[in-house]
Amino acid sequence: MQEKVLMKGNEAIAEAAILAGCRHYLGYPITPQTEVAAYMAKKMPKIGGTFIQAESEIAAINMVYGVAATGKRAMTSSSSPGIALKCEGISYLAGSDLPALIVNVQRGGPGLGGIQPSQSDYFLATRGPGHGDFHVLVFAPASVQEMADLTVRAFDLAEKYRMPAMLLADGTMGQMMEPVVLPEPCGESAHDKSWAVTGTGCKRRHNIVNSLYLSPAELERLNVERFERYKKIEQDECMWEEFMMDDAEICIVSCGITARVARNAIVEARKQGIKVGMLRPITLWPFPKQALYQAAQKVRRFLCVELNMGQMKEDVELAIRCQKPVDLCFRVGGMIPSPEEVLSYIKKANEGGNL
Amino acid sequence: MNYKRLTLFAGHYGSGKTNIALNYARYLKRQSLPVTIADLDIVNPYFRTKDSEAALKAEGIGLICSAFANSNLDVPAMPKEVYALVDDRTQCGVLDIGGDDRGALALGRYVPEIRQENNYEMLLVINKSRPLTRTPEATAEVLREIESACGLGFTAIVNNTNLGLQTAAEDVLSSLSYAEAVSRLTGLPIKMTCCAQELYPSLQPHVENLFPLALQKLYYQIKTEVPNGEINISGRTV
Repeated sequence: MQEKVLMKGNEAIAEAAILAGCRHYLGYPITPQTEVAAYMAKKMPKIGGTFIQAESEIAAINMVYGVAATGKRAMTSSSSPGIALKCEGISYLAGSDLPALIVNVQRGGPGLGGIQPSQSDYFLATRGPGHGDFHVLVFAPASVQEMADLTVRAFDLAEKYRMPAMLLADGTMGQMMEPVVLPEPCGESAHDKSWAVTGTGCKRRHNIVNSLYLSPAELERLNVERFERYKKIEQDECMWEEFMMDDAEICIVSCGITARVARNAIVEARKQGIKVGMLRPITLWPFPKQALYQAAQKVRRFLCVELNMGQMKEDVELAIRCQKPVDLCFRVGGMIPSPEEVLSYIKKANEGGNL
Repeated sequence: MNYKRLTLFAGHYGSGKTNIALNYARYLKRQSLPVTIADLDIVNPYFRTKDSEAALKAEGIGLICSAFANSNLDVPAMPKEVYALVDDRTQCGVLDIGGDDRGALALGRYVPEIRQENNYEMLLVINKSRPLTRTPEATAEVLREIESACGLGFTAIVNNTNLGLQTAAEDVLSSLSYAEAVSRLTGLPIKMTCCAQELYPSLQPHVENLFPLALQKLYYQIKTEVPNGEINISGRTV
């Protein structure tokens, strides 16, 4: 087992990616994720890897496409405005069934917005970031340890299902420091790479990686097949954490940094006799719909705590089929609610009574 | 502990410079010295000296920091008041330098004046638990990079080995030989070893020049009775 070290969230992503065998980082700096690129710039040349600071985010994501087509683990990272620029490339990756890791350390928007933390790319990430019918796997870490662990898992599942994965963190998660036990280095991936463009050696038919299909019927078939795969992912790959949910009457739904603030508020509310718990989605796509549906059979109300205007709230309402009221506690623009603020919402929800 | 008119804290980023600078300024203030703390960090977007602005004001400690610190604007601007602090020999200055060679570059413009007055300490903050400064050799490399970026030499070492809120007395004790090795390798004395003030009573009999740190409580920290909520991701059956 590796020793415990103290790392910034952004550094933990970078080191975990290297330990997961990623040797190709293609990116472009933007606050608050620049440490990912800075770490890669320092480390990649020392281990025979490739670090490229591309001329733009668009160039970087298309370089990722090129590396991914050869079956090698490729990644890029950015923050909200930069991710918006990468969306065309992410769609091409999805349309070509290529695995890759895209890290989004979110900041406030829209537009240039600001450099302080946010979760306002929830829709962008979970609805398929780019044109066309597709999804990417979306992971929402809530600690520096999870930044590292989910980076490894994202690479693995991206290859297993041949699709892009997004690590959706926020500025605070990227900048804060915590002890972390880094993952063990993993060897070559066990997943089938027979599709990769690696040279035939004149021994087999050549592979083609492409997202252009001249026949509408073939394009339709591929879209439908892809969604069959998505159905399986929704069944098998949902991740979430339940906290004090056994006897909870109010269920907080929150991910990432706000889940940490909510956890403090829940402990305080419990001291005051309020039966509140939390269901923390760890995968945002696939969204833990089934777990939320089951929770809806037990609790009186839900309370979403988000750094956006209620984007995840829509998914919660859909998941529970609007059986119970869903309240919203939000801050935007780079602001973060305090535990006391969340506690006041819990109290309000508690007084709200039964629907 | 001896002090100089100007105390500069530099080192690898994430080594704890800002926290130590805040605590050191308070330590000087307790000796009735007129103290101003200057945030020269042009690298870090979050967790700045400015977070303590109100407390410092109440304590009568001056604060110089970029007008854009903690704002939504990402501009590596240096506050003009730093020149005044370097010039005004009636003031004690605690300078919090940005991390690594990139952060130290900003110090360069004040070096001729600092060198001329020659009443300064430049302290290398080290943390054995940071992955890029795990060994004395790697730590010495960071030192060389910083010195060549800013053009000023270090005068002593501050051992700040910690694992954040999870630091145990054992972590500090086991870092002493590392700090001594860095000292031997660089020829610099160890000015002090830092620890959270909660650990101070148990460590004080065993550690020379132990310096207690009062740490700022941040909103995202989970109170100790609650686990952090990480799930075992690699081992989870789905």
